[in-house]
Amino acid sequence: MPKKGTKSKKEKVDDVPNEQENKLPDYLELQRTRVVCNADAPIHTQGFQYSGAFAAMGIDNSVSVDKFCKNFKIEINRLTEDYMEFDMIGIDASIANAFRRILISEVPTMAIEKVFMADNNSVIADEVLSHRLGLIPLDADPRLFEYISENDVPNERNTIVYKLHVSCPKNSQRITVKSSELEWLPEGSQLSMSAPAQSGDKQKTFTSFSQSQKEILEKPLGVKYKDITIARLGPGQAIELEAHAVKGTGNVHAKWSPVATAWYRMLPEVVILKEVEGPQAEELVNKCRVNVFDIEDLANGGKRAVVARPRACTLCRECVMGPNEKQVELRRVRDHFIFTIESTGSMPPEVLFTEAVKILEEKCARVISELS
Amino acid sequence: MTVPTKDDSQSGTVADTVPLPTYRSLAAPVRKPVDKFALLPAFLKVRGLVKEHIDSFNYFVNKGIKKIVEANNRIEARNDPSIYLRYLGVHVGMPSVHVEYNIENITPHFCRLTDRTYSAPIKVHIEYTVGKQHEVRRKNNFIIGYMPIMLRSHACILYEKDEAELAKYGECPLDPGGYFVVKGTEKVILIQEQLAKNRIIVDTDSKGRVIASVTSSTHAIKSKTVIFMDKGKIYLQLNQFNKPIPIIVVMKAMGMESDQETVQMVGRDPRYGDLLFPSIQECASERIYTRQRALQYMDEKVTYPGATNQKEGRSYSILRDVFIAHVPVKNGNLRPKCIYTALMLRRMMDAIVNSDTFDDKDYVGNKRFELSGQLISLLFEDLFKTMNSQAVERMNKNSDKTHSSPLDFSQLIMQDSITFGLERAISTGNWDIKRFRMHRKGVSQVLSRLSYMASLGYMTRITPQFEKTRKTSGPRALQPSQWGMLCPCDTPEGEACGLTKNLALLSHVTTDQEEGPLIYLCYSLGVEDLLSLSSEEIHTPGSFLVMFNGLILGKHKDPQRLVIDLRNLRRSNVIGEFVSIFINEKQHCVHIASDGGRVCRPLIIADMGISRIDETHMEKLRHGTCGFDDFLRDGLIEYLDVNEENNALIALYEHMDQDDVERSSITHIEIEPLSILGVVSGLIPYPHHNQSPRNTYQCAMGKQAMGNIAYNQLFRADSLLYLLVYAQRPLLTTKTIELVGYDKLGAGQNATVAVMGYSGYDIEDAIVMNKSSLDRGFGRCIALKKYTVLKDNYGDGVSDMIVEPQRDNGVLIKQNMRALDEDGIAGPGQIIRNHDIYVNKRTPKNTSKGIGRALRESDYKDSPALYKGVDGETTVVDRVMLCSDTNDKLSIKCIIRHTRRPEVGDKFSSRHGQKGVCGTIVQQEDFPFSERGICPDLIMNPHGFPSRMTIGKMIELLGGKAGVSCGRFHYGSAFGEPSGNADKVADISSTLIKHGFSYNGKDFLYSGILGQPLEAYIFMGPIYYQKLKHMVLDKMHARASGPRVLLTRQPTEGRSRDGGLRLGEMERDCLIAYGASMLIFERLLLSSDPYQVQVCRKCGLLGYYNHKLKTSYCSMCKNGENMAKMRLPYACKLLFQELHAMNVVPRLKLTEV
Repeated sequence: MPKKGTKSKKEKVDDVPNEQENKLPDYLELQRTRVVCNADAPIHTQGFQYSGAFAAMGIDNSVSVDKFCKNFKIEINRLTEDYMEFDMIGIDASIANAFRRILISEVPTMAIEKVFMADNNSVIADEVLSHRLGLIPLDADPRLFEYISENDVPNERNTIVYKLHVSCPKNSQRITVKSSELEWLPEGSQLSMSAPAQSGDKQKTFTSFSQSQKEILEKPLGVKYKDITIARLGPGQAIELEAHAVKGTGNVHAKWSPVATAWYRMLPEVVILKEVEGPQAEELVNKCRVNVFDIEDLANGGKRAVVARPRACTLCRECVMGPNEKQVELRRVRDHFIFTIESTGSMPPEVLFTEAVKILEEKCARVISELS
Repeated sequence: MTVPTKDDSQSGTVADTVPLPTYRSLAAPVRKPVDKFALLPAFLKVRGLVKEHIDSFNYFVNKGIKKIVEANNRIEARNDPSIYLRYLGVHVGMPSVHVEYNIENITPHFCRLTDRTYSAPIKVHIEYTVGKQHEVRRKNNFIIGYMPIMLRSHACILYEKDEAELAKYGECPLDPGGYFVVKGTEKVILIQEQLAKNRIIVDTDSKGRVIASVTSSTHAIKSKTVIFMDKGKIYLQLNQFNKPIPIIVVMKAMGMESDQETVQMVGRDPRYGDLLFPSIQECASERIYTRQRALQYMDEKVTYPGATNQKEGRSYSILRDVFIAHVPVKNGNLRPKCIYTALMLRRMMDAIVNSDTFDDKDYVGNKRFELSGQLISLLFEDLFKTMNSQAVERMNKNSDKTHSSPLDFSQLIMQDSITFGLERAISTGNWDIKRFRMHRKGVSQVLSRLSYMASLGYMTRITPQFEKTRKTSGPRALQPSQWGMLCPCDTPEGEACGLTKNLALLSHVTTDQEEGPLIYLCYSLGVEDLLSLSSEEIHTPGSFLVMFNGLILGKHKDPQRLVIDLRNLRRSNVIGEFVSIFINEKQHCVHIASDGGRVCRPLIIADMGISRIDETHMEKLRHGTCGFDDFLRDGLIEYLDVNEENNALIALYEHMDQDDVERSSITHIEIEPLSILGVVSGLIPYPHHNQSPRNTYQCAMGKQAMGNIAYNQLFRADSLLYLLVYAQRPLLTTKTIELVGYDKLGAGQNATVAVMGYSGYDIEDAIVMNKSSLDRGFGRCIALKKYTVLKDNYGDGVSDMIVEPQRDNGVLIKQNMRALDEDGIAGPGQIIRNHDIYVNKRTPKNTSKGIGRALRESDYKDSPALYKGVDGETTVVDRVMLCSDTNDKLSIKCIIRHTRRPEVGDKFSSRHGQKGVCGTIVQQEDFPFSERGICPDLIMNPHGFPSRMTIGKMIELLGGKAGVSCGRFHYGSAFGEPSGNADKVADISSTLIKHGFSYNGKDFLYSGILGQPLEAYIFMGPIYYQKLKHMVLDKMHARASGPRVLLTRQPTEGRSRDGGLRLGEMERDCLIAYGASMLIFERLLLSSDPYQVQVCRKCGLLGYYNHKLKTSYCSMCKNGENMAKMRLPYACKLLFQELHAMNVVPRLKLTEV
């Protein structure tokens, strides 16, 4: 994973004297770095944004690139074709959130935008069918395509054409139309715009491809998942249509969102405030259904509860609830994000993240150029 | 309340099935609860959801119609009674139409699509005389008219058809039937509520007088008899007498000349005597001692003394025929009427002595429900008689005129009168029955197909007879006797609140049952005949009067015995299951009722508190080896009506302790407590946790929710249909939902709701929606609208013409023809925009008469049907249907579809009466998200909860959340926790904990904008949300300048006419108060109807402007010298002119400003 110092272009203006030696008192340090999840409500969720928050104590709270570069770390926990979970450590929530937001709404993908119905006598209405088609994730790398604007002619660089032609013969069983039936047309549209004026003429279609998309692309374009139900056809019903996919972003329509969802959570930290021993320990361990706690056998034959898997905590807050004295405290580490990306398939999740970083970079560059 | 004390014998009879309870068995812990729930589906399987309608109609078709025809089975000519026609039998055939001498069977769906009436021929077998010799002939299956057929009744082709067959007929298997299809529209005959007929009701009138009234109703006459006490004296009031008549006079007129006997008849209690004394005295003071004198006295008070049968005296015939008309008079014996009157007096005095014995008019036991069968039978009887009398009329006319051979009756019977009469009544809802002077409006209503629930709700609706405007609260209040019979929640808000009711899930409305055998049975069970009793004996202490359908049968010395015997006979199926036997301790009466219109409900019989149904029975039921009817036949279950319920002690659950109730005194056990609610309120989860009005609101709103309407929804041709694209079944269901099929035809979606404040666009119940959810199809709906165009025929071969779109060199001459196909009608699947043509019709310029030659192109003018839609919206032609209507004209129905996604201002509601509009739509990335990456679909403001107290909604959220996490639908049936039909909150919470959620349903959320955690845990989970039919798109309206009304030249009114927004009186008052004179001037004149007039300064009248001479002219002064120009509202000028027309001269006096 490449590290991206997103603010590397910022000039180093660190004229505040370096007073690292000074430490914040524990309770403030806790407030600064942790969100404490009490039984009733989480506290210290905001943190300290202001750079001079602790100036009186001689402590600098400002963001420094150096510090960031030193502390920032990314650890990938799990990576599959369309799922990635990684830890992003040493970053502010706003930046982590920016990545999440960009992933959801600004990383472009290809999705079906226009549907040309030649025939549809199924029970599903044209608009609904088109809507369903639009939501099908396509296996097309959006980086190879350009955006199409309103006046653009659809060509091989900005449009992918799919065809769907299924019919259910009479006297047969009902059939289910799956996304696998969508057929890629690398040569562009096959539907003519109007009746051919002359028989010899090349018919005017809805796209004007100058070359076959097969030549541009390495692999054939299809749909990511073959088993998405598009429609059901009864005997004698048929669907014939052409679907044109274009590039777009998730803020226009969710169909262009490259992720099913992308989110993060702060690293859970479970702290046992005072030793929990004996039956109480058992009780505490049993309370947690995700097995955060374990029992440690003590030398004297006693038992003690220890925190074994804090990451598993889903914050059901069972362990902190109840009338008893607080034994456990649930916390979240403010600058440690467990980031999850669920890709819809057009790009692998790690690529999606780099794309998101690029977009943020671009945005920053734009801000800088606007400012200067 | 009272339980048969001498119960030993009864339990002896059942000893072989149930062991006699001993002290030990009673003290021992109660056996395991029996899961009785399976009874509900069994009941509904047998009876369907609208069983009362269908039963009633079946009764009419199978029995009622026969009785009517039988009662009027002979018609004969006036002059010659040997010319006659006799009806030998009648039956209703299969629904069919006559098409060109062919009989074609029709299906309801065919009728819906082609605007026909779904009706079947009424066939009679007749015997009639022909010719001079009066030769007798017979004709079978002679059609006297067509009867609209209720869907799913015996006569309907859908009767007892399975799903596949129904699908073949184009019918939805979930559709309950019970309505009619008349001229293509579905009509329901609503259940009519009225006061019980032939029953004594003791009450106080508006003046505070005690009255005892009886509304008598027989097949021949309806009358109302009122006996009231005024200033200690008792009078009879009858419409036929113009003055109240002292009751003793009436008694004397009926032959009770001895005052002593009258007092004896009323009862020996000295208090009765005291109360009667003033009346007797009054009678004596009038010197009326004999029957003759009494009749004479009454004759003077008759309202219309004119046309009377002088022979026997007007008042005698009134007493015989009108006064308490339902008491039969055999051979002129008025003694039964005397006894009845005495009973009325007795009841009245009881009420005076002890005010507890007043009757309550609002008590459900005193109500009768009139159903479609009864209403149609009234109408049919009337029409049948009219048809016969018309035939006789024609015959008489014919025989008066000519002396040739007489016609035969079979040719004189016109079938149209019955056909049209029935059709008209059902389609307009006006029930006019001449015989009873009955004029009712709104009896039938169009079945609303807005949602499945709306149509079900129509079928259970009960409308009151009396006017709704009264402010009285009594009839509107919830009656305790409604329990289990009428839904306590489902009633509209506003003027009909509490008056319009709905049936509960398990209630049933009875139909009439044969009286004769029952009466005979009563006598053989030891009822002493009334006529053999002396006046003194009638009310002997200890013996009870036996009343049968409001008639006094006699008395019984051991009423408990009689009641037990009769009930046992009913349980062993000797007498009908709907016969009610009710012992009234207060009145010392046993009431036996077999009349129609009583509400009743099934209950499990319990012996000494132990249910007769045990696990083995339920096992059989679940296996399908026996059904609900078998249970009924085996005497495990019986129907109780409201009155009989008073003799029963009903436990909710067998296995539960009933605090202070003696266990052995329990006689019945409820089947399921959720059955006290109706169909519509049954879809609310946890209604027993909600504030009660919320449930009522939901009942109204559930009917406006969009969803799936029926399985055949896409093949229907309703004028407006709203469908949800992705309708879901609720995650948190109830048993009622499954019983009525709402899980198959849902009207809503399970939305993940976060209860929090967000953005400020959620105040006042507004909800914030997630844009991505909308992108993915949440709340998307389809509106289908029907547009009908008729291709008219004008006779002489002149008719409208539908032509292909006119083209010029292959290019359409008008852009708005793009949706048209080559046949001139819009093609299915075509996108149609505002002002596009959907039928390219041309009408002849001259339609009145044929020109005598073939019409040419130029004889036609364009009259295209233009689609009026919203600009900028894409609508699509869904279907085009061509059919010929009943007048053989081609009717073209275009169904135009519009798919809409939710927008700001659309109305949504949960199932707890919590409606709200969409306040704003927010991008998904701005929405909060949980640690699991879950993003809510909508955000609801928590301020909706404290004042509404809809705890049920909170539990729904919890239950839904637990449901999605553990993969099991959770239940929230009403009062279902003890019986396991609703999940308990504790269980739900432990499920949540098990799946890593907080027990209270609150999640740790991160702000989507800031990226930081939110400072509170957010209550989040799925709630079933309904999209209501009110959408901004149909309502939004604005206008700058636009159309004006022709007459006043003011802007038009209303959205449909693109009207202006009125600056009304109150707004005007504000402007006046503020002093914004110029603004008023602008609004009221310039923006409305400014008009320039010429005013003559001399005469003050309006003149005119001569455009040729370019001068103004006063037509009064005949010159143009003193003319002035001014501006007036056109309406003002109009007023002047109208005043002129009335010979009023308004004059304007002008001054210089």
